[in-house]
Amino acid sequence: MKRVYMDHSATTPVRAEVLEAMMPFLTLTFGNPSSLHWFGREARKALEEARDKVARAIGAAPQEIIFTSGGTESNNLAIRGVARARREKGNHIITSAIEHHAVLDTCLALREEGFEVTVLPVDEHGKISLDQLKAAITDKTILITVMMANNEVGTIQPIAEIGRLAHERGVTFHTDAVQAIGNLPVKVDDLNCDLLSMSAHKFYGPKGVGALYIRKGTSIKVFNFGGSQERKLRPGTENVPGIAGMGRAIELAVDGMEEKVKHVTGLRDRLIEGLLKIGDVRLNGHPTDRLPNNVNVSIRYVEGESLILSLDLKGIAVSSGSACTSGSLDPSHVLMALGLDHQTAHGSLRLSLGYRNTREDVDYVLEVMPEIVARLRAMSPVYACKTKEVE
Amino acid sequence: MARDIYLDNSATTPVSPAVAAVMARALTENYGNPSSLHARGTEAEKMLADARRALASRLEVKENELVFTSGGTEANNLAVIGGARRNRRRGRHLITSRVEHPSVLYACRRLEQEGFRVTYLDVDTTGRIDPAALPPALSGDTILVSIMHVNNEVGTIQPVEEIGRLVKAFRPDIIYHVDAVQSFGKLDVLPARWQADLVSFSAHKIHGPKGAGALYCRDGTALEPLLHGGDQERGLRPGTENTAGIAGFAEAARQAFAGREEKMRHMASLKQRLADGILNTIGGSVQNGPAPGAPHILSITIPGVRGEVLVHALAGEGIFISTGSACHSRRADPSHVLLAMGRTAGEIAATLRFSFSVYNTEAEIDFTLEKLRRAVSDFRLLAGRKK
Ligand SMILES: Cc1ncc(COP(=O)(O)O)c(C=O)c1O
Ligand SMILES: Cc1ncc(COP(=O)(O)O)c(C=O)c1O
Repeated sequence: MKRVYMDHSATTPVRAEVLEAMMPFLTLTFGNPSSLHWFGREARKALEEARDKVARAIGAAPQEIIFTSGGTESNNLAIRGVARARREKGNHIITSAIEHHAVLDTCLALREEGFEVTVLPVDEHGKISLDQLKAAITDKTILITVMMANNEVGTIQPIAEIGRLAHERGVTFHTDAVQAIGNLPVKVDDLNCDLLSMSAHKFYGPKGVGALYIRKGTSIKVFNFGGSQERKLRPGTENVPGIAGMGRAIELAVDGMEEKVKHVTGLRDRLIEGLLKIGDVRLNGHPTDRLPNNVNVSIRYVEGESLILSLDLKGIAVSSGSACTSGSLDPSHVLMALGLDHQTAHGSLRLSLGYRNTREDVDYVLEVMPEIVARLRAMSPVYACKTKEVE
Repeated sequence: MARDIYLDNSATTPVSPAVAAVMARALTENYGNPSSLHARGTEAEKMLADARRALASRLEVKENELVFTSGGTEANNLAVIGGARRNRRRGRHLITSRVEHPSVLYACRRLEQEGFRVTYLDVDTTGRIDPAALPPALSGDTILVSIMHVNNEVGTIQPVEEIGRLVKAFRPDIIYHVDAVQSFGKLDVLPARWQADLVSFSAHKIHGPKGAGALYCRDGTALEPLLHGGDQERGLRPGTENTAGIAGFAEAARQAFAGREEKMRHMASLKQRLADGILNTIGGSVQNGPAPGAPHILSITIPGVRGEVLVHALAGEGIFISTGSACHSRRADPSHVLLAMGRTAGEIAATLRFSFSVYNTEAEIDFTLEKLRRAVSDFRLLAGRKK
């Protein structure tokens, strides 16, 4: 059976070059970077080389990069860390309705500590309004956190403008760029951000490794305590092989990115065009300001989960939204924020492409999809009613 | 000697070839996100479940009682901070010891800033807590007791079973946490027998990967998560799981438990051989911690010679040891463990830690002893001449 993986926003396979970069640090140069001897020094060297690579990829200085256990921890550290560090300056945080749960839930948890949180709405394409953002900033605002690109619908936010507005008012600005690395140009100075979250497994690196960019001079408080690793911001023996893998992965992700993006964008547009032809299918997210690898459609009169399982039987791996909410029965908070009704939200599908996907993959999906949709619709009572009405 | 002699296994261990193979496969082939519904996701979820089962069965606990973390530090933080914060309405008092790992001690310091009170139990000259000191420290306000099983600097084994009995006899709802990072895969680690509610583990101390660990969390023990934003690990530890690291951790545990007792005997005999050799032939040398203590950690003070100097001298011969814990090696302040044991700053500066793995051999020990003796006598001679 043909196997087509189109769930790269959930996670990606580790590239051979990345595995190669990791292996020596598992078995041969396995030292603890805190050890003073040769094994320790070699491990530390690997750590610092990876830090240089991550910094270079996003236009930062190496001292501005902290390694973490992933995107979730990076987001938690950024938001909680800045909120607590700037507590005397104010207690107001601004975020958006379509953030990843690692951002949204962290902000909402801070409410219990006396912080006020404004959750900006988005328009039908998933964009926040800069005017609304400007109006929401008060003298008490200490932090704005808005994601660079959404993991479900792919909408890209005007990050540089948000950063400019934040800085005009002396507000710290964090962006979750977990989905952006390798898909969009990410340069911290162009984006005017103070903190930026990354996760290696979204760009062909290993799971369990991430990084947080913290602009020099940004005040932040830690929430983990122990050794003095990562300038005490992130104690615990460093995941050296994972970090070495992340360094190699980000290097590969930004290297020749334009070409890969062009390839993937072509596939994306072909996929969207083909899916819309099925009928009663709408594209979710922004028509143009979207991740080059993201397709998100609502297929009316079809249950998203049934669709995923049917596609799975044909060897096609896609998802209904973010992987985190795949198991839950609630409709995606992102699609709801875009104004979709429950039923439409339930019939939505995310196909996220990778550079290894081919035109044949896309054509295979487009070949099997109409049959599956037709079969599922034939079982849908709602669809039966609709067709009767037409008759 | 052609090969390096690595005697710093308490700092970290090499991943075994079998573990590396398991991880390589997980990274490149079984790469799905366990939360995904499709085949790639279910395969990854199954790998995670298999790992959980492998670890749970060796601990004789239920699978759902294991929470995977990014390592021992996070497990300790989640236990101590998560346990204290979640139960602050029941009380504000914690008990720990002076010789805990920094990830427990600094977590306690942090809680003190949040209004908790912490009692730090003293230890004797061998680094051991006197269980009799516990009952007077317990109060109606006590909500959590955190004690390590094996000390990472001197190898002292704490009476965790007896402490558990005393804690639970005083009040069963006091949360009892044990840091078993240095003992898991070596000594018997049985949360139920200890009556422990929380137990911390780290993969890289048993030939598993860095960046993977776990917290045993007994059914019904309430914790406040440190991180927010996902349902993974029952919401106690959100974030996409480090599937390859976790699979590697389970494989490392499988290997550690195969013939565990014989491996312990092997390490204990290496430790004994080196200890005897040093104590019998290097004048003034003393062993820190009780003999025998944990089979894999040996702490020795050789008066008059700075530990750092000997570490460097041995490194020149391809022998890798440390002066104490890796976390401490970059700091100037003397070891809090040895201070608590009543050692002077001078003695602490003259202390070495040797830590063994199953891969070490008698020949390596003999070679190390020979090189150590020569280095010590060279430096003593030099020091004598200077005077
Ligand atoms: C936008 C976004 N932020 C954060 C995360 C969390 O990253 P991780 O899975 O590495 O914890 C994800 C992915 O799950 C994501 O898509
Ligand atoms: C006793 C003890 N507890 C906790 C830790 C921390 O574990 P990790 O290095 O995985 O964060 C260590 C090792 O550094 C340790 O020796």
